[in-house]
Amino acid sequence: MTAYVRSLAARFVRRRQTECELEEELRSHIQLRADELERSGCSRAEAERRARIEFGSQERFREECRDAIAGNFIDVLIQDVRFNLRMLRKSPGFTAVAIMTMALCIGATTAIFSVVEATLLHPLPYPHSDQLVRVIDELPGVDASDVGMSEPEWQDLQHSGIFENASPTWYDDNNLTGSAEPARVSLLIVAPNYFALLDVKPELGRTFPPSDHSPGFTGEAVISDGLWKRMFGADPNILGKSIRMDTDLYRIVGVMPPNFHDPGTSLRERNIEVWAATSFYGPPLFDHPPRSGRNLPTAIARLQPGLTIETAQSRVDALVASLQKQFPGDYPMQTEWRVRLVPLKESVVGTVRQTLILLLGAVALVFVIGCVNIANLLLARGSTRARELALRRALGASQARLTRQLLTESLLLSSFGGAAGLVILFWAKDFLIRFVPESLPRLNEVSISWTVLVFALIASVISGLIFGLAAALHVGRIDLIHALKQEGRSSTGSREQVRTRRLLVVTEFALSLVLMIAAGLLLHSFWDLLNAQLGFNPQSVMTVKTRMPYPNDTKVDVYATPAQQAPFFHDLLRRCKRMPGVNEAAIGDLASLPLAHDRNNQNPPVPMVIEGRQTQSNEASLVDESIVTPKYFHLMGITLQRGRLFTDFDNDKSEAVAVINEAMAQTYWPNEDPLGKHVKLSRRATGWTLIVGVVANARTESLENARIPQIYSSIYQRGAKHLAIFLRGKLNTAAIPDLVREQVQSIDSTLPVFGAELLTQTVSASLAQRRFTLEMVGLFALTALILAAIGIYGVISYIVTERTHEIGIRLALGASRSNILRILLRQGLRLAIAGAALGLVGAVIVSHLMASLLYGVRPTDPLTFAGVAILFLGVALLACYLPARRAMRVDPMIALRYE
Amino acid sequence: MGNEAELLPGTLDLLILKAVSLGPLHGYGVLLRIGQISGRALLIEQGALYPALFRLVRQGLLKASWGKSDNNRRAKFYELTSKGRKRLREETDGWNRLVAAIASALAARPQEA
Repeated sequence: MTAYVRSLAARFVRRRQTECELEEELRSHIQLRADELERSGCSRAEAERRARIEFGSQERFREECRDAIAGNFIDVLIQDVRFNLRMLRKSPGFTAVAIMTMALCIGATTAIFSVVEATLLHPLPYPHSDQLVRVIDELPGVDASDVGMSEPEWQDLQHSGIFENASPTWYDDNNLTGSAEPARVSLLIVAPNYFALLDVKPELGRTFPPSDHSPGFTGEAVISDGLWKRMFGADPNILGKSIRMDTDLYRIVGVMPPNFHDPGTSLRERNIEVWAATSFYGPPLFDHPPRSGRNLPTAIARLQPGLTIETAQSRVDALVASLQKQFPGDYPMQTEWRVRLVPLKESVVGTVRQTLILLLGAVALVFVIGCVNIANLLLARGSTRARELALRRALGASQARLTRQLLTESLLLSSFGGAAGLVILFWAKDFLIRFVPESLPRLNEVSISWTVLVFALIASVISGLIFGLAAALHVGRIDLIHALKQEGRSSTGSREQVRTRRLLVVTEFALSLVLMIAAGLLLHSFWDLLNAQLGFNPQSVMTVKTRMPYPNDTKVDVYATPAQQAPFFHDLLRRCKRMPGVNEAAIGDLASLPLAHDRNNQNPPVPMVIEGRQTQSNEASLVDESIVTPKYFHLMGITLQRGRLFTDFDNDKSEAVAVINEAMAQTYWPNEDPLGKHVKLSRRATGWTLIVGVVANARTESLENARIPQIYSSIYQRGAKHLAIFLRGKLNTAAIPDLVREQVQSIDSTLPVFGAELLTQTVSASLAQRRFTLEMVGLFALTALILAAIGIYGVISYIVTERTHEIGIRLALGASRSNILRILLRQGLRLAIAGAALGLVGAVIVSHLMASLLYGVRPTDPLTFAGVAILFLGVALLACYLPARRAMRVDPMIALRYE
Repeated sequence: MGNEAELLPGTLDLLILKAVSLGPLHGYGVLLRIGQISGRALLIEQGALYPALFRLVRQGLLKASWGKSDNNRRAKFYELTSKGRKRLREETDGWNRLVAAIASALAARPQEA
């Protein structure tokens, strides 16, 4: 065996040399024999001639010798490859089409796979990341999910023995001051054990001491590589330097490496720039945090080694049950408090899984259709090559040999296609990635890795086998006598070929119809969303954000109460209205900014207690609250239905008032007038808030859902520090950010101004992921349709060429041209209808699987199904008509003489 | 011509091994040696020799090296490896057993059956 391998290797390396030696050895044999014959009296020439004759067929023995030498497999392969390259060069059109098709199919499939691989398949970039979980608190009893936890609950989890470490994470925009201009940074407030939990090391300095449990903030900060380079010019002596955030001083103790990102659920959380640690009690937070004060938005944890998530979940369930028994006042049974553990990766990528799988499925269909198309082309070529193949068969090539050669040809095509696809992918990678919405988690991890390359290789081989086999299987069926008897173009095996090709076309049609319907449903959903009655008018509105500081030392907070904030609001509004082009101005908190929140925990729903209804404040319902200035409603175009809006006179000195939307009125006061009712807008609130008005529903929370209960309160009564400034008018959008910065900073030079955006952009950005899915699936569907159309065009063309003679006879016998057209169109239509029927069945299955990606349409939306099917048959008819027209033009005389 | 016998399938390898075991030979020499030791009774197609030689080299029974022939022509010489020598012994034994068995079978008379 080793001898065989060695000689195989040697053979491969020294192929030409061995060939020469073989040649020389045979020549030397003939010479030696000729020498002997010469000695017996022949002339030299005669001797050599006789020696050659005695030797026998040199070519045959040379071939046998090659067979006897190991490595012949490779010889044959090289021979086949050479032969096929020659053949492919001879038909450049076919070769180009086949390679381009495969390049597109393999390139697109690999591109989508690279995204799927990076997001769904690859583990999170932390050591032993399968032990990491997100801890989610839920109150299903009051319909509230992801409500956050309190400090005592976190301590319970930390000491439960279930987790190695657990750390709340609290996202916050922060004002980084001290440099020339106040900048906004993304801050993540974590427990000191956060970095130990994720098991990551800094690139510079150290992280927080994990077991620090002193009250308040540690006063230390770890910064991201990005911030280090952006703000500090990658200063190597950064450690120990101080930064001021929200007027508080932090000492920089570490810099994280560039590839470290927080495993957050939103884009903002994944781009954290500063981490600060706290024990979540003591100033500025509660000294003795209450159990019911769910102020910690979310938490991550690492399971004890060896613990499965299921075991951990059941132990957490037991812990929750015992806490509920121990503190019945904090955990009323009706709320059904529970704590859910979700694999951390799931919490990061779970939301996009279905979209990505849909895309992978769509591109896989295009891939198969592409292969089927090439199979079709190869078959068409096969029929013209039948004579060549038959001749070679007759000259003694075995069937296995021919099959092998044809397979080599298709594998050659597919690997060229795959290579071309990869080259395009490498080259266009950065361009392509710009089409992916940046909210896609782990986008920065997408790369053309080894796994992706292996995938591309496998895809190439599979595609080559798929379309090669179809052609190769026909080799065995060539009828030699028949094929060789034919003069010129052959129609050998045509019946069988046509049957196979029809089958292929039906498959193509069925698959592309599935894709078309998926795309149609997505388009329909998207269309409905675009045309949904927003309930507010985003035209000519621009929003700019600013933020007031939250000093850890509450005594230095100059914006601590609504009364302290009010002068700033009044001043800012007055200044804004004086800006060129501005007709209206309003201020609100971030919750009032339509469609902008990616489920962030900065605007958690507030617990609402309704007067006379709930005695226990813990049974409060959770509602979305927006805190705004009175002009907000008019500026946004949200119309008043009943009662009144609040005014500038509703301030901290007067009775607290609120406005609710229709959905809220119907949800909480279905048979009553909500006007004049009182509610409390937090568990600890002492005073009641009076509902004074009802406004129309607006899709400010979600485009998909118009009926989300909303309560609006006055910024002068409730106060807000994360602010959105709304401006309406004929705005110079380029100048607005600077104008607003100037105005804000002339009131308070420490406030950052950022995030200027047209409201129409905000609305459109909230559709980014849907748009991406639609565009991709639409693109794939279109490609599929074109491929299918080419397929049916090919088959009908083939039939026409094949039957020119017959058509000539028919015409000569008096058939009208429209008769001929009808016959051919009927043939094509039959294929299209068969494909459509199969495709519809597939589409029903697929559309139900993608139901959650749809909006406003049922998975079996008859309009989409019928529309797509009609479009489909139209395209099929057109694809048949073009070759059929050629048939109509057949001149009977020429057609008959031709044969 | 009439008294030359066709080779039985598979016996060419054995003959080559035997011929080479008597001393290194080039391809044509093998042919001559077989003719000589078989008393010119066996007919070997000249070209058919080479695939067999290559096969034996691949199996590691022969090794080949280039050298000069008696009349000063460059030729490839084959000699037996130790593995080839062992194989020759086994095949010779096997052949002898076969011949003995066939001979005794053919010599059988009706009453002994």
